[in-house]
Amino acid sequence: MSDTVDYRQISKNGLWTNNPALVQLLGLCPLLAVTGSVVNALGLGLATLMVVTSSNMIVSLIRKGVSDAVRLPAFVMIIAALTTCIELLMNAFTYELYTILGIFIPLIVTNCAILGRADAFASKNKLLPSTVDGLTMGLGFLLVLLAIGAVRELLGSGTLFANMHLLFGEGARGWTLTVFPNYPGFLVAILPPGAFIVAGFLIALKNVIDSGIERRQETRRAKPIKGSKRVRTTGAIS
Amino acid sequence: MLGRSIGKNSLLLACFALVTAGLLAGTYQLTRDQIELAERAAAQAALFEIIPQEQHTNDLLEDTLVIPQEGWAQLGLNFGGLIHRARQNDQVTAVIIPSVAPDGYSGAIRMLVGVNREGTVSGVRVLNHRETPGLGDKVDLSRSDWILSFDGRALGDPPAERWAVRRDGGDFDQFTGATITPRAVINQVRRTLEYVEENRELLFPESAENGNVSTRETTPSN
Repeated sequence: MSDTVDYRQISKNGLWTNNPALVQLLGLCPLLAVTGSVVNALGLGLATLMVVTSSNMIVSLIRKGVSDAVRLPAFVMIIAALTTCIELLMNAFTYELYTILGIFIPLIVTNCAILGRADAFASKNKLLPSTVDGLTMGLGFLLVLLAIGAVRELLGSGTLFANMHLLFGEGARGWTLTVFPNYPGFLVAILPPGAFIVAGFLIALKNVIDSGIERRQETRRAKPIKGSKRVRTTGAIS
Repeated sequence: MLGRSIGKNSLLLACFALVTAGLLAGTYQLTRDQIELAERAAAQAALFEIIPQEQHTNDLLEDTLVIPQEGWAQLGLNFGGLIHRARQNDQVTAVIIPSVAPDGYSGAIRMLVGVNREGTVSGVRVLNHRETPGLGDKVDLSRSDWILSFDGRALGDPPAERWAVRRDGGDFDQFTGATITPRAVINQVRRTLEYVEENRELLFPESAENGNVSTRETTPSN
């Protein structure tokens, strides 16, 4: 590993190239279970973001003091403690959202993306890069949750940002956007199959964009070579 | 050599456990009061929805009555529960009874049923259910106002045989695509009203003087 840390590369990794939800396909259980609406997705996404960032920070700080043999149990202990702290805080300050998300908050512990980042990145890197890595990985996960939540809420109940007061207090009660008034509801989108379908489409979309970018880069790289060849050929003929 | 490394590692893990436990204990101490407040506010909000604050003068949360065990089956309760009483000038004007419909589409539907002294429903709210989103979950007030159709109804209004969904020849609407859920809720509300009727003396003692304790003694034990 080089001395200069490429923060752009780390961020790009977390948000896109190595996105925990779309590429690594980790943490699918909460991803599929709670994304019925934007507010649920945002609540769980923020909780995950906080856990992964703080666990990366702590793991990076203690990385030299922990021997290889007890590395994993120590990391799991840190993650479990952080998750429980977040759970207590949510119970105290966003009580209704806490009751809606229920078991999926403690289940953040089992999100492999978090232990994966602690072990693969934070235990080998300094504090700042690890923090950035945690932040962007968490943000990448949060954004995917949000996208799925928004699509499912829009298709399923015809609204966006309903019940945001669960997270942001009474002032957010009016944030609901009724996109389709008198929408009869589309059941599949709210039920678990809808989560699989939307997640599948998102992954496909990412792959389409990626291959598009790749093709454009290839043509850009190929062109000057072709051109120079043609010059040489014409030169040979005349 | 091996023993030393085991000892060192376990010591290290023990330190970790201590530190994380300390962190948790600290967070718990900091959030405990707030959690209690939030839980109390949520419980109170559910009660106030059924009996508005201006309609009673006592503390709904504190003024409770333990449900005698013979009533558990009728109310669908496995582990008993508390009846909340609303009073005006010491007279009980309404009660809020926890009630569970055991036969929802996907399991039990937990609700609160408020009943006025004259036997009419002051309100019904579903607390907790696992009905199909988009179909059966319309019993929840946040999804549809169907549950308000109980307000003001009583055992004779509509008559007992019409306490059913329209498809079964009753007076209450079903939802498109879901009849099992409203059927379960209607039946349980009716059973709760019957419970109130049968236990009138316990729930609504005649005057304030022979309230609380003395009523329990005068309830027929034969």
